[in-house]
Amino acid sequence: MAFTYSGRHHVHPIANALALELEQLVVNYPGSPEPALDHVSLKLASGLRVALVGANGSGKSTLLKTVAGLLHPQAGTIRIYGHPVGACHHRVTYLPQRGDVDWRFPVSVKQMVLAGRYVHLGWLRRPGPKDQAMVMEVLERLGLSELAERQISQLSGGQQQRALLARALVQEADLLLLDEPLSAVDAPSRAIIAGVLADLRSENRTALVATHHLDRLDDEFDRVISLENGSLQTDRVIEEAGRRLAPARAPRYDQLVTRTI
Amino acid sequence: MINWLLEPFSFTFMRIGLVAAILVSITCAALGSYVVLRRMAFIGDALAHTVLPGLVVAFLNGWNLFGGAIAAGLLTALGIGWVSRRGVVREDTAIGVLFTAMFALGILMMSRMNSFRDLSHILFGNVLGVRLGDLYITAAIAVGVLLTLALLHKELELTSYDPTYAEGIGLRADRLRTLLLILLAFTVVSCIQIVGVVLTSALLVTPAAAAAMLTNRLPRMMLLAAAIAISSSVIGLYASYYANVASGAAIVLACTGSFFLAWVAHMLRTRVVRG
Repeated sequence: MAFTYSGRHHVHPIANALALELEQLVVNYPGSPEPALDHVSLKLASGLRVALVGANGSGKSTLLKTVAGLLHPQAGTIRIYGHPVGACHHRVTYLPQRGDVDWRFPVSVKQMVLAGRYVHLGWLRRPGPKDQAMVMEVLERLGLSELAERQISQLSGGQQQRALLARALVQEADLLLLDEPLSAVDAPSRAIIAGVLADLRSENRTALVATHHLDRLDDEFDRVISLENGSLQTDRVIEEAGRRLAPARAPRYDQLVTRTI
Repeated sequence: MINWLLEPFSFTFMRIGLVAAILVSITCAALGSYVVLRRMAFIGDALAHTVLPGLVVAFLNGWNLFGGAIAAGLLTALGIGWVSRRGVVREDTAIGVLFTAMFALGILMMSRMNSFRDLSHILFGNVLGVRLGDLYITAAIAVGVLLTLALLHKELELTSYDPTYAEGIGLRADRLRTLLLILLAFTVVSCIQIVGVVLTSALLVTPAAAAAMLTNRLPRMMLLAAAIAISSSVIGLYASYYANVASGAAIVLACTGSFFLAWVAHMLRTRVVRG
């Protein structure tokens, strides 16, 4: 039996529950007069790739962190597969911004990715051969096998983002909250990450991705939600047919608006 | 030559001193690796200083010095944890204010006493004055600290480099940090008899900082730091026996010497890699 980090035992999924349901969510940072999230409501069915766009300070990161349980809302409710935040830590994974990680710390890429298994192991249990094998498989999939023994600071920006994504995949979560996984990413890394997102969709897993990269949104996502000053601005579902008509130039947020809610 | 090496340890106090120094070296090296990597060097130094009033109060009342020191150390560790959670004052500012105040309080109480000589051992350490009873306490602290670090290795490591992800899977990074501070309080207290209040942070920081330049794996860094600290302690003991110098200061300077050697090795290696 595992001693889980949260002290709670894993709960069973609720049939037909939405991947994520937010109702009138309000989040304030202490000392700030304006709420970081202002009555945000949102429903996400499972198996979608959702892009979260908006300027710096629009609340993208706050939204992801609140769903991940890192910030506590002042009002409103959050349901993840029908359960409150923290009821099933292993089913939700949060990929932090690259700047949140101390890359100079002496761990290898492999060890960092192995940490994705910790939520399943809990206190006192060490990763076993199955966990190791899973890590090697994911490293292979993300093109990081040859870098497995490198210290994490010896990776490029794109490789570091792939390592963070590898850790999120190893956790085998159903809801992936990815905070700026495309920042500082070169073209090959971006292609690999887009491939992983497509795979997630086919596995009926859900990805909510905060991003500044507005080109190719229509190719890589199924839904685009934009935030402005902590409020939901636009919500656009991308139809399959629209994919072939991907815009040639990167559009601005306001040009993405097709349906305002 | 062999006689020269063995002669100091024909004395019981030298043997006890050696064992105490080795135990403290290992504990300091393992915990010191976290202190260096998590940039907690200032806290380590502060903890060593704030222990002083606890030691003086215990000394005046004839209590066990360890007890007084540990009580003061734990109080400080929990106080720092509490202050950093509130976020009213910046943590390093709060530590700066508290640690000088506690240290001054200790000196004030000391200055009212007649026997200043005993307390100079507290300030500068006296590895040769370690008693058998102290050795048992030092051993118990070493076992406790090392066991905790080993059992919680994966959690302590993860919260050190990625506290955000750690919180996301339900780990409490702040609690693990407080735990590290508590371990630090115990370690500092056992360190004080070897190098004293003033030089304790050297034993925590210098060997680990030297090891950090030689490897990029945490367990290896801990082992290397332990090897550096142990050899520095032994060199320091010989120096104090044959050259009749203060043992604590000799141990610290031996650590500093290792640090410079590691630095030179690091520079040479990076130059070879680049060249």
